[in-house]
Amino acid sequence: MHIHKYEKIWLIFGIGCLFVFLTIIGVSAFAKGNQPPSCLTTIDPEKVDQTPPFNKPGLVKTGDNEYQLNMVAAAFAFTPAQVEIRKGAKVTINITTKDVIHGFEVVGTNINMMVEPGYVNSFTKTFDKTGEYTILCNEYCGAGHHMMTARIKVVD
Amino acid sequence: MNEMVKVDRRDAKLALAHIYVAFIALALGGLAGLLQTLVRSGKFELPANISYYTILTTHGVLLGLVLTTFFIIGFQFAAVSRTAGTFSDRVRFWGWVGFWLMTVGTAITAFFILIGQASVLYTFYAPLQAHPGFYLGLTLVVVGSWVSGFAIFAHYARWKKEHPKQVSPLLTFMAVANMILWLVCSLGVAATVLIQLLPWSLGLVDRINVLVSRTLFWYFGHPLVYFWLLPAYMVWYAIVPKIIGGKIFSDSLARLSFILFLFFSIPVGFHHQLMEPGIDPFWKYVQVVLTFMVAIPSLMTAFAMFATFELYGRSKGATGLFGWLRKLPWGDARFFAPFVGMAFFIPAGAGGLVNASHQLDQVVHNTIWITGHFHLTLATTVVLTFFGAAYWLVPHLSGRVMTKAMNRLAIIQTIVWVIGMTFMSGSMHFAGLLGAPRRSAFSTYGNSPQALEWIPYQIAQAVGGTILFIGIILVLIIITNLAFFAPKGETEFPVAEVAEGAERTPLAMENWKLWIGITVALILIAYTIPFIDMIQNAPPGSKGYKLW
Repeated sequence: MHIHKYEKIWLIFGIGCLFVFLTIIGVSAFAKGNQPPSCLTTIDPEKVDQTPPFNKPGLVKTGDNEYQLNMVAAAFAFTPAQVEIRKGAKVTINITTKDVIHGFEVVGTNINMMVEPGYVNSFTKTFDKTGEYTILCNEYCGAGHHMMTARIKVVD
Repeated sequence: MNEMVKVDRRDAKLALAHIYVAFIALALGGLAGLLQTLVRSGKFELPANISYYTILTTHGVLLGLVLTTFFIIGFQFAAVSRTAGTFSDRVRFWGWVGFWLMTVGTAITAFFILIGQASVLYTFYAPLQAHPGFYLGLTLVVVGSWVSGFAIFAHYARWKKEHPKQVSPLLTFMAVANMILWLVCSLGVAATVLIQLLPWSLGLVDRINVLVSRTLFWYFGHPLVYFWLLPAYMVWYAIVPKIIGGKIFSDSLARLSFILFLFFSIPVGFHHQLMEPGIDPFWKYVQVVLTFMVAIPSLMTAFAMFATFELYGRSKGATGLFGWLRKLPWGDARFFAPFVGMAFFIPAGAGGLVNASHQLDQVVHNTIWITGHFHLTLATTVVLTFFGAAYWLVPHLSGRVMTKAMNRLAIIQTIVWVIGMTFMSGSMHFAGLLGAPRRSAFSTYGNSPQALEWIPYQIAQAVGGTILFIGIILVLIIITNLAFFAPKGETEFPVAEVAEGAERTPLAMENWKLWIGITVALILIAYTIPFIDMIQNAPPGSKGYKLW
């Protein structure tokens, strides 16, 4: 099939760009560890209240300046609803849901997870700026969806 | 040359029936959209306890599923009848069967949404559980579209038999490719609805595997957007060149781009599930790579379109690097509306690459940026092209002509759309970057300072939404005029010819067995292992919830 010379140049340029983009995404994901939240742990969605660590939601110290934040989503609230974190702390957020699908977004950060019944989702983040961050549900979950919110306070 | 090829009157009736339903859906769904933007501005509340989410479900189903599917099938029936000859009575009969199945299905689904039994949005993610009637109605819509698809295949097969060793007409080829794409992808949504959601909502089974259901949905959900886009590409490749007085740049490359869409638009659903637990990141990346490949046929299309425009302009004596732009028929709405659609696909496509990139998607996933994105792709590129096509298709089918006044109104309509969409989609993109979620009623999240920052953008969305609703009223006036009131006469169904000196299209282009084989192979590569993983490592299933 004949392809015009200009079209060849255009396609080589275009496809070349796509491969550059893909390389950047791939290196960032696989070499630098910037993978999207993809936790493979499962849980019985009806026994969340009895399953550790979600039987005691909240912040747990796991090491020097390292924490685990275990959260439970359910229509239409996050538990705990208020969290205080030291500036510079490295926090692994684990979250699951007791009912339908929810979203977990910390506004102004790249923390953004789908929370699905039967699964734990997880993301690690170092909070290096003080301030108050809004957590909200960004996946439609019912009549009170837009009321579903919590706060993270990062303090010195 | 002077003898005008017309779509047979009986086929025209079938196509028009689809187009009427599409525009009724536009009227109702557009009204729902207007109400949403007003609620989200924080200045208005819905009367009489109507739920924001009922309106949102109505908007998504009517515009995302009904407007698109009906217009596309109606347009394709007309295009196939025009280029591959009048349908046999049998094909036309099955076309009507498809139409009525889809229409009855739409009515059932709409009924259960409006009585508040199905506020599950048009993605109906389990374990939110709608009334069984909602799923049943959607099933009828999909089955109806399959019947119409097979009617088109049957007509194509007859043409091939009557024209041995000939390449099929370009528009017919494209309609066949799009219906194959639709059939292969809608198997996924049919599987989750028939095997999972319907039995579960009827109470025959207690629990549902949520991740499998979502994965089957998104196996369908992304090719769905290409099912919307390809008819717009049909207009660009095969019709717009004729409207401006030019030729098709390359018939073979046009066909090749459609085949590439068939390959790469299906095995990519995970890019909607990048933030999801239960899927290994390696397989997410595999599908991200395939997602980027689907940009290639769009790059080819962009080249072909601008090559056509430039060749035409130069043939009219244009000089200089961009002189040819001035030779284009800007005053002809049949050209202007699709052209504006094309121009908007440049930022829309770039935004799509952002959404499909892991790390960037973490910033925008489920924010209103995404809503802004598909209001550029679907609600501008595709919809303006459909409007542009309707400006000659409806009068062709109804035996009328578009007056100068209506053409002028159509130009104004397009400009109104551009202004409204720039406000609405633009502010959606910005608010999304600041974290504002999609699919949410107005909320300040407990007077959160971050959420208060979004309000000016939400007011801009309401302004844009209002302007767009004026655009909808204008297009409804034009379409009603063209269907029932415009002066009687003959309107051309423009079909472009291939440029002289272009190479003959190889017959191998129609090796459907090979194309479908490669499509299936790519799907199996992208999905088999992660899908087995999901089933083998499945958590306990979920009961149904009705939380609205």
